[in-house]
Amino acid sequence: MDLTETADEQDFRAEARAWLAANKPALPMPPGDTAAGFPVHRAWERALFEGGWAVVSWPTEYGGRDASLWEWLIFEEEYYAAGLPQRVAQNGIFLLAPTIFEFGTQEQKDRILPRMAGVEDLWCQGWSEPDAGSDLAGIKSRAVRDDAASGWRLSGQKTWTTRGAFCTHLFGLFRTDAAAERHRGMTYFLVDLRSAGVTVRPVDKLDGDAGFAEVFLDDVFVPDADVLGGVDRGWNVAMATTGSERGLSLRSPGRFAAVMTRLRDLWRERPDPTLRGEVADCWMEVEAYRLATEMSVTRLAAGERLGAESSLNKVWWSEMDIHLHEAALHLLGADADLEGPWLRGYQFALAGPIYAGTNEIQRNVIAERLLGLPRG
Amino acid sequence: MFFGFTDEQLAFRDGVRALLSRACPPAAVRAAWEGGPGYDPEAWAALGEMGVLGLLAPEAAGGLGMSEIDMVLLLEETGRAAFPGPIVEHAAVAVPLLAAAGLFDLVGPAAAGRLVVTVSDRADRVGWVSAADVAVILSPAALLLSAPAAGPRLECVDRSRRDAAVSVEGAVALDTDVGLALDRAALGTAAQLCGLAAHLIDVTVEYTSQRRQFGVPIGSYQAVKHHLADALLLLEHARPPVYRAAWSVAHDLPTRSRDVSMAKAMANRAAGVAARVALQCHGAIGYTWESDLHLWLKRVWVLERAWGDTSHHRARVADAVLGPAGQA
Repeated sequence: MDLTETADEQDFRAEARAWLAANKPALPMPPGDTAAGFPVHRAWERALFEGGWAVVSWPTEYGGRDASLWEWLIFEEEYYAAGLPQRVAQNGIFLLAPTIFEFGTQEQKDRILPRMAGVEDLWCQGWSEPDAGSDLAGIKSRAVRDDAASGWRLSGQKTWTTRGAFCTHLFGLFRTDAAAERHRGMTYFLVDLRSAGVTVRPVDKLDGDAGFAEVFLDDVFVPDADVLGGVDRGWNVAMATTGSERGLSLRSPGRFAAVMTRLRDLWRERPDPTLRGEVADCWMEVEAYRLATEMSVTRLAAGERLGAESSLNKVWWSEMDIHLHEAALHLLGADADLEGPWLRGYQFALAGPIYAGTNEIQRNVIAERLLGLPRG
Repeated sequence: MFFGFTDEQLAFRDGVRALLSRACPPAAVRAAWEGGPGYDPEAWAALGEMGVLGLLAPEAAGGLGMSEIDMVLLLEETGRAAFPGPIVEHAAVAVPLLAAAGLFDLVGPAAAGRLVVTVSDRADRVGWVSAADVAVILSPAALLLSAPAAGPRLECVDRSRRDAAVSVEGAVALDTDVGLALDRAALGTAAQLCGLAAHLIDVTVEYTSQRRQFGVPIGSYQAVKHHLADALLLLEHARPPVYRAAWSVAHDLPTRSRDVSMAKAMANRAAGVAARVALQCHGAIGYTWESDLHLWLKRVWVLERAWGDTSHHRARVADAVLGPAGQA
């Protein structure tokens, strides 16, 4: 066991901190899930890319700096400690990119990843459909072979597509073999949302921002080059993406450490002796998440894979995020229902146990795949 | 950064697990409730032979000269087996304390298992005092009692404990770091609570996978699955803080007390929930004296309170994070 940072890691932290301090935009930024706010966030993430900090853990040839997972954790800590917002590029850089690194062809990596890192292309996720949420294998959207054009024609409807109204591309699952068993016969497609036949309809979220969208596809052409991981093999490819979504990459410990710092500052402004224990519990949950992540990264660095353990992560951070915001609302007392950053953050946190696979599904995964309980 | 254990540390843990599965089956835990000194002298001696009792003593004094990082997984195993006896008090607290005080005539026999030391943070309640050769009381300064004179037995819910008050008459004052001793005790107890929680989850998974109602194993129902998933979630977020606290104690970091208190608070919560879930999922059979389950439950209840309960440790974390109570 060695819980100290190396000299190289300390240098990396200092470099990241100095760059962020010198280059960060005016804060707070407007919400990223609005027509007015999205371009502001995109411009900031372009600046991150030009500074070489957009995707630190990627290889340099795709716009990264070959940072280790430890350095990635350090960058995330520094990023959120600087008060900077969640990334509008997240679904591309944290969810699709790891899947492309694992399943993509060289041509796909060269063509897609640098544009993603530079926020020229912004990616959203096309999993859920009106009749397929938790039961993802129940999707009905389909792709029909178009041999003459060397590609596929996609039709159907995707929903709850986060930032779908602002993104340029969508990754998602479509049924390519109607006769196959539920978990087979699906293919993972990469779709340009500016193609003919695509209609995107924004849907306001609970907090009032237009962060959701419905995406309608009517005979949309997608070339063979935009199939990821092979025809009819989409389920396995999608499981790699959901592993990233539930596991390390989407919600780093640094993000919650920054919320905890704000909660501590709020407690100091409004010290309530009856809430000391609650704030201490929040601090311990955040610290436990960081420590658990560091144990996971130690194993990943040794070449192990995490698998179903990512469900433990997802349940922990999503319920912890709500707890942090509830504690803040308790400190704010009777006026906690007036518009403000904690109320906004609370509403966002409430989505955590629903997106990326509901926590009920995650608990089933924990019970069946980690504990070995019989399937229902 | 490397937040894990070496192959040697994991092999030592596996060795202790194998030893305890032979030397400390549930029948041995039950026997410790029913008579004798409250622990099994043969199993105690076997741990001495493996080096567990003297792990924290210098090699020159008959120990292994290892650290809390080496010890934490071993104490977790003693929790898993519900090993009866003052193993945390003896091996994790008394041995390094006596070594630091230069009392090597006691350290050698204690490391070998020929002399049993118990430790308490209060003189009016000391565990296994009738069976101990030496008692150390940490309240407020450290006192050493040879051949402690015990009062009447206090009926603890965990009947292996043999709690009683001692007279501190004739005690010898020890010049030692009481805060460090208390932190070592809380850390060791937190590790045991993780092992207890792991066992409770394991036996409940086994039971609910076999027990059938409505024609299917009850473990196939989501209500049961989610109880057990919650228990595992808490355990897997208690272990990293416990291991980090071992690092902080071994290196005597400025955050040592905060880290130990976090470990104990998180382990209390994980074991407390595992105990409730285990009983609920076993149903009526778990509510019998005949079932071994209650031996583990009652150990959890006692250790949740031993060496600082959740309120005590949460308050210490709050002091470290928010500043001392009473100050804005």
